[in-house]
Amino acid sequence: MRVQPVYVGVDVGASRTKVAVLDAVKTLIGYAVQKSGTDFSATADDCLKHALAMAGAVETDIVNAISTGYGRKNVTYARGTRTEIGCHAGGCYHYFPTAITIIDIGGQDNKVIKLDEAGRRTSFKMNRKCAAGTGAFLEEMSARLDIPLERMNDLASRSTDMVKLGSFCTVFSATEVLENIRHGKKIEDIVKGVFFSVIRRVLEMDAMSENVVMTGGVVAHNLHLVRMMEELIAKPIWVPEQPQLTGAIGAAIYAMDNRSEN
Amino acid sequence: MPEEKKTVRKKIAAAADLNNFMRDYYLALDAAAQKGSPKIAWCTSVGPAEILRAFGFQVYFPETHSAMLGATRMATDFIPVANAMGYSPDICSYLTADIGAFLKGVTPLAKAFNIKSIPKPDVLVFNTNQCRDVQDWFNWYSAKFNAPVLGVHTYRGVSQVTDKHIYSIAKQLEALIPPLEKIAGKKFELNDLKRTVALSRECSELWKKILDTAAAKPAPITFFDGTTLMGPAVVGRGTQKAIDVYKILLTELEERIQKGEGAVENEKFRIYWDGMPVWGRLSAHAQLFSALNANVLASTYCNSWIFSALDPEDPFNSMARAYTELFIVRSDEAKEMYIKNMLAFFKVDGVIYHDAKTCPNNSNCRYGMPQRLEHQTGIPSLTLNGDLNDLRMISDEQTKTNVEAFIEQLQEHRH
Repeated sequence: MRVQPVYVGVDVGASRTKVAVLDAVKTLIGYAVQKSGTDFSATADDCLKHALAMAGAVETDIVNAISTGYGRKNVTYARGTRTEIGCHAGGCYHYFPTAITIIDIGGQDNKVIKLDEAGRRTSFKMNRKCAAGTGAFLEEMSARLDIPLERMNDLASRSTDMVKLGSFCTVFSATEVLENIRHGKKIEDIVKGVFFSVIRRVLEMDAMSENVVMTGGVVAHNLHLVRMMEELIAKPIWVPEQPQLTGAIGAAIYAMDNRSEN
Repeated sequence: MPEEKKTVRKKIAAAADLNNFMRDYYLALDAAAQKGSPKIAWCTSVGPAEILRAFGFQVYFPETHSAMLGATRMATDFIPVANAMGYSPDICSYLTADIGAFLKGVTPLAKAFNIKSIPKPDVLVFNTNQCRDVQDWFNWYSAKFNAPVLGVHTYRGVSQVTDKHIYSIAKQLEALIPPLEKIAGKKFELNDLKRTVALSRECSELWKKILDTAAAKPAPITFFDGTTLMGPAVVGRGTQKAIDVYKILLTELEERIQKGEGAVENEKFRIYWDGMPVWGRLSAHAQLFSALNANVLASTYCNSWIFSALDPEDPFNSMARAYTELFIVRSDEAKEMYIKNMLAFFKVDGVIYHDAKTCPNNSNCRYGMPQRLEHQTGIPSLTLNGDLNDLRMISDEQTKTNVEAFIEQLQEHRH
């Protein structure tokens, strides 16, 4: 006999794998995040184990599981798939049930998704085949600056004289960063410039109409970036409680609604 | 584990006849090249083939050859060869792949038809209606083979095709005659041109009927079928053989409609494709869409070889009109109207724009057209970044995610 029915969403991203476990009333009761690594199936299995433990559930409690993200076809226990576009949309609409523009900044791609009041997608865009403005860009810059990724948010928030980076390309931006280091610019000002570069790449993808929601791993770990974006578009930005999990939560909601047709 | 859905796409039986047509076409060209007779003219894909055939030239189309390089996934290996000799990676990858392959002494005709090399031209004739790149492309080969090059220079951004446009282009076409007489070694006969224009028109009408079968629900043909079935419409214009093979194809498609047979199993979504095909991904894209019960059933591209204006009684003026009414040389307003009519005629649910990195001239999504058309028609669209031949410009995973998400979006709006 099933003690507590749970619904599982798995988001195997290029950088991190996220698992969300929802109960029957769509409350997040367990989750896990790990580096995706090279064995997506094993990572997804391990994430599930931890997320179920956190939820106090066992595998037989799972009513349905849906996977999303680049590694969505590698999740052995998933019974269907949805795209990350659909899952981020579903996850965000769950928290903000109105017309919204979603900005998701992931490890290797950015998405701008627009939903109408009923939660239906009216359009979506992904970054072109370029890492500029994604988590990979921040990783590259943290390596160039020789600072841990997790320190970037704090450094950016302490900047008083932001450095402007002009290049579109990640590699050229890195060259600009080196040039600024040579000219003695402060690290925090350079980091803020790097954040600004990410924001500019996102803003050129689509118009920020309606209420704006930001999600993704980059947002989860760099809330200062959200503050900078708010300043630039002159409106408040909504961020769900677990911005990195939105795709996985959306997948779990699909699992519950049994909407996957794959 | 979620499994990749495989679907059976219904094969077109007449494809074998079309393959034979293409084989015979290339073998005839090769035989002419070996013997030195009949003479060989190179022509751009919407160049004045009717005039060349009226002179009795065997006509070779480098664009089709380069599309073969793309479809056989050979192109990406040769593009860097042309880049290294000074051609930018940002220009037409038909040009760079073709010149690169030539420099390496490679042709897909070898594997397909056991033909060792492309045929040496006696003359090269372009019309810049496809793009300016064809002019550079032909000039390069002209120098290489020491063969004369002739050209027609088109108008661009044409809103209304006027008598002035027609007069100017017709004069350019007429001006081709004296040099072609010298090269062909024979006098021009107007009746020969009337005959080839009549054949070209008939081929065009049949090709239109073939493509129009996709208006049926379910559609009996896909865009991906069309890109390979269009061979005779491009290389066979002005010949009886092209007409004969298209009659066979049309009969089969009409029978499919009668039986209610769709090209894609359980067709749920009808998609329009604007821009170039991704030649190296035809099969992958066909599979991707059909697995989602989506049929990409109509396109600007395949319909660009319909020349309804051709009139054998007025060959020069009607050729000028047909080549100037062409989508690719028109203004954005005219292009928008054209696509809008196509979306209605084919009862389309969604539009894919292919933004081809090296083909700005045939990427129609760069100046806000998708947004304007979406606003006017309410039909959603998706832009795919890619290229016609350069597979380095393509992210297959991102394409897949985008297409799947787009179909999800269409599905949502049906609930």
